[in-house]
Amino acid sequence: MPALREKARIIDQDGIRRALTRIAHEIIERNKGTDNLVLIGIRRRGVPLARRLAGKIKQIEGSQVPVGILDITLYRDDLSSLNHQPVVRQTEVNFSIEGKKVVLVDDVLYTGRTIRAALDAVIDLGRPRSIQLAALIDRGHRELPIRADYVGKNVPTARRELVEVRLSETDGMDEVVIMEKT
Amino acid sequence: MYKHKDLLALKDLSAGEISFLLDTAKPMKEIITRPIKKVPTLRGRTVVNLFYENSTRTRSSFELAAKYLSADSINISSSSSSVAKGESLYDTARTIQSLGADVVVLRHPMAGAPHLLAKTVKAAVINAGDGAHEHPSQALLDLFTVRERRGKIDGLTVVIVGDILHSRVARSDIWGFTKLGAEVRVCGPPTLLPPELEQTGARVFYRPEEALAGADVIIMLRIQKERQRQGLFPGLREYARLYGLNRERLALAAPGALVMHPGPMNRGVEIGHDIADSTVALIEEQVTNGVAVRMALLYLLTGGGAHHEADH
Repeated sequence: MPALREKARIIDQDGIRRALTRIAHEIIERNKGTDNLVLIGIRRRGVPLARRLAGKIKQIEGSQVPVGILDITLYRDDLSSLNHQPVVRQTEVNFSIEGKKVVLVDDVLYTGRTIRAALDAVIDLGRPRSIQLAALIDRGHRELPIRADYVGKNVPTARRELVEVRLSETDGMDEVVIMEKT
Repeated sequence: MYKHKDLLALKDLSAGEISFLLDTAKPMKEIITRPIKKVPTLRGRTVVNLFYENSTRTRSSFELAAKYLSADSINISSSSSSVAKGESLYDTARTIQSLGADVVVLRHPMAGAPHLLAKTVKAAVINAGDGAHEHPSQALLDLFTVRERRGKIDGLTVVIVGDILHSRVARSDIWGFTKLGAEVRVCGPPTLLPPELEQTGARVFYRPEEALAGADVIIMLRIQKERQRQGLFPGLREYARLYGLNRERLALAAPGALVMHPGPMNRGVEIGHDIADSTVALIEEQVTNGVAVRMALLYLLTGGGAHHEADH
């Protein structure tokens, strides 16, 4: 693994809060309320983001939107290029997604391969009416025809850089930084 | 982490490796409970079930596990293959190699046959029972079932009753439960208890009344009628009277003790009808968990998928 150096802090705690508030408003507006709406967070950091969005939607609309957890390890297309074994975690979607408007939530949108795998995983759980995508950061460099419906911040990056989203639930603090390989 | 090419025996594995296998089986069980039991993980991979002995549970369990993970699976049984024409295991292995198998699941009447196969083929080899040696995937599903019900293995008292001499399940169970911190007691007629048992760390009992005292888990083994021609005990009725699990004996165990059986059961011999039916849920759950454990094995032995956090 090459060493990484922190290049820039692009969003702080307030920035993340504001971005999520805006996304929550956009989700409600586009879906004309919260009827049949469900949020599904992609492990790992999509999960706390989905929970926070559900909290904000509740503040705005007063209704609780169900939140599920998706583990896409078994849906990845890079089985042969392994160099270490991942811990397969559990998918926890304890509600029917049949006919629902599903909003997938992830921290960073990059090549699009995670989302492609997540789409397969969601469709294996049932037949939703629609699937939308919310990402806190869109850093570009797509390898598949996938686009987010809700974006916290567009961050143009070089391929040699990494975008790291840190959340208090998983990392003890809220911030987004760009890391550079040295 | 599981870093071996094959799964041949639980004796060779560390407690950490066994726990990792059980952890991986947990999300697999979630897949089995879905209406659409299918994930694309092993698309394009081939699993060969090579069975030199009859089996319903183990073979269909491995076959379903492969199918749920989208692998292609083929079944070869000795009676319907060139094995019946006298082909050696070595030559059958070379044929399987040429077919491009990624995993070979082998059941064989000779102890050590999977070890020989593992050295011969590039594919991962899973021991699905070799002679009276080991049956690691069965022990893993027993461990998984107990851990799911009790939340732990460490500190439990596990009693295995019956024909330990001929039982590969018992050997794998002894290694697995001991390594994860349980106290293992074995119990049976002296003629059915092999002499080296004490070395495995298990305590040996001849009377079930003593062995069952305070037990948390009771594993009843099948009396293998097909292996009993040498007359190692006088008769099935006497065996049932002295060693069969009935209400009185079950009452000696800890309250709510788990009763397990690897199947197929001889009702009225090693396990009373009323107990077999009252604990049937657990025995059926063992079968379901067997599929989850075997999915985990196929997944890990074909490499698992590398998950890069940065690759979004």
